[in-house]
Amino acid sequence: MVSEIVEGLIEALRLIFSGDPTVVEITTRSILISGTATFLSALWGTPIGMILGLKKFRGKIVLKSLFNALLGIPTVALGLILYLFFSRSGPLGFLQILYTPFGIIIGQAILITPITVSFITSAIESVDPEIRDLARTLGASETRAFTAVLGESSSGFLLAIIASFNRAIAELGIALMIGGNIRGITRVLTTTIALETTRGEVVLAIALAIILLTIVSIVSLSINLIQRRRA
Amino acid sequence: MSCLIELKDVTKRYGEIVALNKVSLKVMKGEILAIIGPNGSGKTTMLRIMAGIDKPASGEIYFDGVRINDRNMEKVRSRSTMIFQRTVFFNTNVYKNLAYGLKLRGYSKKEIKEKVREALGIVKLEGYESRLARRLSGGEQQRLSLARALILDTELILLDEPTANLDPYNVAMIEEIISKINRNFNTTIIMATHNMFQAKRLGKKVVFLFDREVVEVGKADKIFEDPQDKRTKSFIKGEMIY
Repeated sequence: MVSEIVEGLIEALRLIFSGDPTVVEITTRSILISGTATFLSALWGTPIGMILGLKKFRGKIVLKSLFNALLGIPTVALGLILYLFFSRSGPLGFLQILYTPFGIIIGQAILITPITVSFITSAIESVDPEIRDLARTLGASETRAFTAVLGESSSGFLLAIIASFNRAIAELGIALMIGGNIRGITRVLTTTIALETTRGEVVLAIALAIILLTIVSIVSLSINLIQRRRA
Repeated sequence: MSCLIELKDVTKRYGEIVALNKVSLKVMKGEILAIIGPNGSGKTTMLRIMAGIDKPASGEIYFDGVRINDRNMEKVRSRSTMIFQRTVFFNTNVYKNLAYGLKLRGYSKKEIKEKVREALGIVKLEGYESRLARRLSGGEQQRLSLARALILDTELILLDEPTANLDPYNVAMIEEIISKINRNFNTTIIMATHNMFQAKRLGKKVVFLFDREVVEVGKADKIFEDPQDKRTKSFIKGEMIY
């Protein structure tokens, strides 16, 4: 068994370093899909996080708690809900995005929105409240003072983006249920690893797992470095 | 001497709490005014209102003869600077902290560089440009706050307890810098302080606030040697229990 693992590892490394077209294609697609999902999540999550971090309004705590609660939502549960919405007979079936890369992008973007929002909210809340007054007393307009607060929380923004991407690229439920794991179209790192393992083709699964772990590790390392800078 | 800032019946409320009650005060150009009074008497609120950070609930404020309103608030605010009791800096180096206000005012890179060098010289922090502002010692941070205020050449500098929690060496240095700014640039200085000796040393005029109201205003010597109100008298003598 040990020798099989070692042989599998060696073969997997060979696949990676030889630039195997399947490995390259799946890795590129995964990065593109999760990257776009992260971009979309940042697009709508940033204003929400900014409002939650800066404004005082009724229901703010409820909204913050909701986003915090959604941080750990199981991807299969969200995948199932989205499947029901996107399926032909579902309320959003007319969009025809089920089993398409765009469907996965939307699904992952929804999945990671709570991460983006919560991280951005806490990044803004962690800025010294007197920074805004300081900017104003140095001659900044209200808008410029607001920008100064955002500038102070920039590393928190980056952290939000990185953590969101990490969650998106490592999830399986949505990619499988919304994407359908169609070869050459919606097959990504996680779905291929799951499929190849069940088929007994562990070499490709190991190669892709190494790539996924490398991506996730680099991302995690970046988070640590950013947090150390913030401290 | 003409009047730089005037408060007329200014009241400030935070919700139900009255932080300042019908305060009237005139501060002349080039003057150093010391605001004294016990904790919670309204010193910081008064400074924040004069700095244009907080709006009063009622009353009028005049800056250089012009009544402050929502439209001219930002313009007026650019003619003064406030230094907070707890020093606050952007999370960056000394140079960028000093350059912030200058950039807003449209100074060129060359001018900014020159002004930063000059200001750091005045507060005896030469060569500190690349140091992280938040990593400086308490005294250095307070001096940097002063540099950040004086670099803007504003007509008014408001200081909230500028030497709180500092050692005597830094207190002396900061007082010297404040005097120098006032003397050399004719900048009007308004400072809130708990330190009676400091108010006496620096203040040309002193205002005593008590229970969110102005009790007495006058020349520093007069207030300290011959206070008219018994509350001022007991505060100065250290007999007031609050």
